[in-house]
Amino acid sequence: MKDLIGIKDLSRQNIEEILNTAKAFKEVLNRDIKKVPTLRGKTAINLFFEPSTRTRTSFELAEKRLSLDVLNFSISMSSVVKGETLYDTLKTIEAYNVDYIVIRHSSSGAAKFVAENTTASVINAGDGINEHPTQALLDAFSILEVKGRIDGLKIAIVGDIIHSRVARSNLYLLSNFDTEIRFVGPPTLLPKDPPDNVKIFYDIKEGLKDVDVVMLLRIQLERQNAAFIPSLKEYFHVWGLKKDIFSYLKSDAIIMHPGPMNRGVEISTEVADSCRSIILRQVTNGIAIRMAVIYLLTPKER
Amino acid sequence: MIDPFTNKEGIVDIFIEDGVISKVQLKNKLKSLKTNSKPSSSVIEIEASGFYVFPGLIDMHTHLREPGYEYKETIRTGTLAAIRGGFTSICCMANTNPVNDNPEVTYYILAKAKEEGSCDVYPIGAITKGLKGEELSEMVMLKEAGCVAFSDDGMPLMNSLIMRRALEYSKTIDAPIISHCEDLYLSENGVMNEGKLSFYLGLKGIPKASEEIMVSRDVILSKHFKAPIHIAHVSTKGSVEIIKKAKEEGVHVTAETCPHYFTLTEEAVVSYNTNAKVNPPLRTEEDKEAIIEALKEGIIDVIASDHAPHHIDEKKVPFQEALNGISGVETAFALSLRLVHDGILNLKQLIEKFTINPSKILKINKNGIKEGAEADLIVVDIQREWIVDKEKFVSLGKNTPFDGWKLKGKVLFAFKGKKTFDLREQ
Repeated sequence: MKDLIGIKDLSRQNIEEILNTAKAFKEVLNRDIKKVPTLRGKTAINLFFEPSTRTRTSFELAEKRLSLDVLNFSISMSSVVKGETLYDTLKTIEAYNVDYIVIRHSSSGAAKFVAENTTASVINAGDGINEHPTQALLDAFSILEVKGRIDGLKIAIVGDIIHSRVARSNLYLLSNFDTEIRFVGPPTLLPKDPPDNVKIFYDIKEGLKDVDVVMLLRIQLERQNAAFIPSLKEYFHVWGLKKDIFSYLKSDAIIMHPGPMNRGVEISTEVADSCRSIILRQVTNGIAIRMAVIYLLTPKER
Repeated sequence: MIDPFTNKEGIVDIFIEDGVISKVQLKNKLKSLKTNSKPSSSVIEIEASGFYVFPGLIDMHTHLREPGYEYKETIRTGTLAAIRGGFTSICCMANTNPVNDNPEVTYYILAKAKEEGSCDVYPIGAITKGLKGEELSEMVMLKEAGCVAFSDDGMPLMNSLIMRRALEYSKTIDAPIISHCEDLYLSENGVMNEGKLSFYLGLKGIPKASEEIMVSRDVILSKHFKAPIHIAHVSTKGSVEIIKKAKEEGVHVTAETCPHYFTLTEEAVVSYNTNAKVNPPLRTEEDKEAIIEALKEGIIDVIASDHAPHHIDEKKVPFQEALNGISGVETAFALSLRLVHDGILNLKQLIEKFTINPSKILKINKNGIKEGAEADLIVVDIQREWIVDKEKFVSLGKNTPFDGWKLKGKVLFAFKGKKTFDLREQ
């Protein structure tokens, strides 16, 4: 495979191969010397058109652990304002002879556009509201670590589904397994025409009943001017995970969040810091998954 | 020949002298005619047996881009592209730069068209100054300058009061208001039809309600203030139903659709194909079928191209950022002929939607193919197959989702006044 644009493009076999490879890399990360010489002499560029600290850092660390030379190209809107098109930016970068391009962009479809126009391997680190495949892979890896399986699980994704690339990638990934998928949240943030294999819940208590995994999504403060919800306070009041969930959640259910989380919006401090939360494990696993993905991709011969 | 204007059909000989039709003769009287005519070296005879002659087609919805966006299209290239598509008359929308909201711009377009154009150009004036939706443009003066209709196409007129005023005021000039029906609040920066597919692709959707609410509004305004309204580029089943009901109630509403709405569905954008990004967006199978049915029943009166040429740089970007529009004038008629080949419309019904119906709505008084009238006709081989090749477009806009399609029906000749276009080898 040349690129990882979306989970949409992957089969269950592809997914399992990435998860298995990540397992091997996680062992490397637990060693004293955390670096392998696998991709020495190759170059990766992190091309971020949207501000991101966590995802970019995670990719950068993964690349360094694989002995890649790493360039960071954080493009605020400034060069867009100067009139350079994505195509031109891409051709400039290609002239550096890079082997891997990690791209984050605010437009859905941007990663595919980049992949179609370069010989380098392209990894989608989030394109608009479309996909964020490495997040879904690290989520699956984390579930597998804790639960030992993905098949047979009930998973609730809670929050701003319609604007979430994390929700989409997780949906496509989990749809490759025998899972029950639920979307939980206010009707204004759930799809009008949901996918056939998804159950919709407006009521958090009903939505979380019997689930094995709760995936929270970040409620983006900057979107609320469009009035999807009346206020963050009301969101927290109705859909925020507060400690009362422990009274009805399954005793072995786990809670996940792609970060950065808003305490007091999606989740209360008591829940975030409880033993149910595997949020920090997700962060650690992100590096192993990204190493695996980069390792498994093959740039096109130039 | 099929001519909805004179309501004549049959095998004919047509004589054109100095750009004027001098004789339309039924074939059985050919002999006497031939002896009467005086052959000279300047006579060109075109043997067109087996082919059809139609009045020149009218495209009541195109974007010529000049003045202001000559890198997308010019009056010269746009009108030549129109001819290639079988259109001898086109109406150009007002969203140029400057906007066609004052007579100077109208004069400029008409002068340029006269100088460099290949077909008749009928400008459409802006309803509001600068397409801002705030103040009415000088509609009477625009009409006097040559505008045949008014539209803020591309910039939906959101303010219902302004739309009311425009409709009322338009009665003084007897020119229709053409409405691009879209509630921008509901569209909310959407880039494709809203539904399962938009969720799947992670693209923001435009609900059908965005169009239908405005179709309803405009029909209601037309009804209450008794002025004609023409609904541009109908794309949904719901809009068809609203228009149908309004027509049954006697509201003076007419409607058009475009070939892409009865040929494609939202599936065309699955690969993030920016050439299938258009506004209103491509809808679903159900909508496509309703539009075909509406064409059959006459609920939709006109087929227009909504020719919207763009530069490749404006389409070679991520889907979300690509501009809306299809360069459609060269494929519109051949795509529409599919409805005839598929037995949905008969040829006459189809030709009406491209000729007499737009002529009536726009009140541009086309004559059809009759003696004494200006030559304004085309010769078409409706069986001739050809492959759409965007690189061969005369239009500067190569943005078509139909590239590589095999279509049946080719315009062979176009006659417009003294101009003759031989399109056989193109």
